[in-house]
Amino acid sequence: MHVDGNAAAGLLTQVFARDMTGAHGTCGSCGHNGPLAEAVVYGEAAGTVFRCPTCDNVLMTLVEAPGRILARLAGLRWLAVPI
Amino acid sequence: MAPAALLQRLTWLPAVIAEARAETPQARTLVLDVPGWPGHRAGQHVDVRLTAGDGYQAVRSYSLASAPGEQPAITVARVADGEVSPYLVDVARPGDRVEIRGPVGGYFVWEPAMPYRPVLLVGGGSGVVPLRSILRHHRQSADPTPMRLVYSVRAPELVIYREELQAEHLVYTRTTPPGWPRPAGHIDQGLLREVAWPPVDSPLAYVCGPTAFVEHLSGALLDLGYRAGDIRTERYG
Repeated sequence: MHVDGNAAAGLLTQVFARDMTGAHGTCGSCGHNGPLAEAVVYGEAAGTVFRCPTCDNVLMTLVEAPGRILARLAGLRWLAVPI
Repeated sequence: MAPAALLQRLTWLPAVIAEARAETPQARTLVLDVPGWPGHRAGQHVDVRLTAGDGYQAVRSYSLASAPGEQPAITVARVADGEVSPYLVDVARPGDRVEIRGPVGGYFVWEPAMPYRPVLLVGGGSGVVPLRSILRHHRQSADPTPMRLVYSVRAPELVIYREELQAEHLVYTRTTPPGWPRPAGHIDQGLLREVAWPPVDSPLAYVCGPTAFVEHLSGALLDLGYRAGDIRTERYG
């Protein structure tokens, strides 16, 4: 079961303290650039995984732990946040 | 967006189910009393958290179904084998408590703004929920933006917000009402040519539904000449 980045807006706001669904990420694998809203999101496992809609590369993983959220952004080449 | 709203600290807000309304045999609208609700924009989401007696928690994201200025409401469709939706559709009653985090999201959002770019809303199944919020907002604000909804649904008894959406373009994929002019089938290029604003008018499109539906429709809109950046999408399942 997967959704897209729109459904992860709450978690993203927890981490970044602002809306991130419109922020654009560049995939570190294929170079696809698009809003986080369009990432393919899997949330049933221990963490929430954002995958590239084009090549399925893992862009970002967010893990909610007691008292903190761990963020791994190793699959993103760039993250462009509108200000 | 107001600068003050840029940095957003989110907390779980206690909410009480104020009203439960069956939309179809599979979907129900829950109106929520949320003290301290800051208001929302059309198309935004809320996270709903349920806590079981043993402390087990489940969180799901739902689109807000109500227009800005109205009480927050969600419309939940039952997912077979779901953990949260069967409870919200079949069990929860007015007076029951849940927790809410939101509103969140800013991508699949529409606000009246000049210049008035015509808006095409395309919904599949319960993907119509955020589009209903947008449509209601548009009607209530008497905004001059041309706006049109194409709503794809399997059968007449599954139409959500039936009364409100009568004047919109309904497309039945399996069973049609008696005497319906169009045979059951998916939204195709021919239909889009009839109902979609032409690309020359710089339209915006909001497409929400199951992943395959959204892929099909956003591809069809691109073929029609819509610009990729003007097609907002929201996918589930």
